Amino acid sequence: MARVQIESEVTGNVWKVEVAAGDAVREGDVLIILESMKMEIPVEAPEAGKVAELLVAPEDSVEEDQVVAVIETA
Amino acid sequence: MFRRVFIANRGVVARRIVRACSELGVESVAAYSDLDRDAPHVAEATASARLPGFRAADTYVNIERVIAAAKTAGADALHPGYGFLAENPDFASRVADAGIAFIGPGPGAIRTFGEKTGARRHMEQAGFPVAPGSELIEDERALSAAARRIGWPVMLKPAAGGGGIGMRVARSEAELVAAFASAKALAQGAFGNAAVYLEALLPNPRHIELQMLGDGERVRCVGERECSVQRRHQKVIEEAPAPGVQPGHLADIGERAVAALEAMGYASLGTVETLLAKRRFAFLEVNTRLQVEHGVTEEVTGLDLVQLQIRLAAGERLDEVLPPERAPQGSNRFAVQARIYAEDSRRMLPSTGTLSTYRPPRLTGVRVEAGYAEGQAMTPYYDPLLAKVIGTGATREFAIGRTLVGVKAFEIRGVDTNRDLLQAILRHPDFLAGKVHTGWLEARLKAGPRPAGAPLLL
Repeated sequence: MARVQIESEVTGNVWKVEVAAGDAVREGDVLIILESMKMEIPVEAPEAGKVAELLVAPEDSVEEDQVVAVIETA
Repeated sequence: MFRRVFIANRGVVARRIVRACSELGVESVAAYSDLDRDAPHVAEATASARLPGFRAADTYVNIERVIAAAKTAGADALHPGYGFLAENPDFASRVADAGIAFIGPGPGAIRTFGEKTGARRHMEQAGFPVAPGSELIEDERALSAAARRIGWPVMLKPAAGGGGIGMRVARSEAELVAAFASAKALAQGAFGNAAVYLEALLPNPRHIELQMLGDGERVRCVGERECSVQRRHQKVIEEAPAPGVQPGHLADIGERAVAALEAMGYASLGTVETLLAKRRFAFLEVNTRLQVEHGVTEEVTGLDLVQLQIRLAAGERLDEVLPPERAPQGSNRFAVQARIYAEDSRRMLPSTGTLSTYRPPRLTGVRVEAGYAEGQAMTPYYDPLLAKVIGTGATREFAIGRTLVGVKAFEIRGVDTNRDLLQAILRHPDFLAGKVHTGWLEARLKAGPRPAGAPLLL
């Protein structure tokens, strides 16, 4: 089992969290949608696995490179 | 004329409105959030009013706070700019109820054009060409029947929407049924209204729009703009006139737009947006406000559209503000606008940060609308428009060249910008030939994020 940390690519705010801890995800699934400068920026799973941790909630602000979720890969 | 205009906006457009007020000899009150205390529009206005907080929801789109601030400031008129509350009919009527003149059309016109099936119906009845489409779609049976009547491919569009947000394309019955639920959810999320309708998807259309002015009785069209260079339905480059469209064809669609707005007694500045595909115009939407790209029309006509908008709101007649003998009859000027956005064009992401350098160029034939000052921050809370550069000349090539030079000479450090992308577009043979459509830019960027060193455009 490898733990993959997923970072935000932008400074912005969390608009929606699309998954719950424990959910199985495929590569490219949208985990979180961020909002910055009136644009929606999806945070996607870089590979298949299980959502181990969700570190943000809607309306939280996030910085660029901040870890927003952790995925456990098989 | 008004005594004091409250400006419920920020950035580039707030500065533009301050300038128009000053030139009309009217006082201006700049609203500002806690992030915009040091913005140039605040320094340049005759007075300012703080909107505490920084999120748009707490400040520039908070109806209660904006109206309270305008009343406290003693304003007798309010200019909403574009975006934020500019096309909110409830806001327009609340402003009027507070005894303040709303600089825009009445809430009735904003509401009619804000609901897209009603807008289509109004335009069609007035003789304006409309693409095949449907009324509001209630269920899957109505959906399939409407799609078969319209013909594939079709677009599912939010009825309360606009600006291309939340649209879904379907090329078959299966795709359409699959898209229906998610289109409704998207519409509900984005506009608080799940209603959707269908419209034919036109092949590679050009976006051409008509600048209108009305006084409630008479309406006039003062020219067209082409805005086909778009990304995610956001305009990037705009120009006037539209290259290669027959003058007679433009005159005809302009007359139809005049008739459609006169039929509803339209009283203000407004824009009729159309798509031009296979030599036929089709109605897109009416924007009941000043547009970001109004400057290219100003450059080719010599009109000051913001001053005209304010004077019309103050009750002047069209014939007074724009005497018929002065009405622009074609033009021998060309203008091109490039929008400088805070973005990382290679990764296609917005870019935040502090503007350590922000130096607009001063060049002959180049008009710059700059919204920021050095040292200000670009934050996630507002839109990414940093500035507009408008090049003008006696030929289209001249105007493009001047825009290119202006974009290049604009010094900005501290955030990433799309200046390289703008230059790549302004040099691209398709753009130079006037052969672009609304899907052109995205098709040229299709390869996805471009690695450093690789050309930005295909």
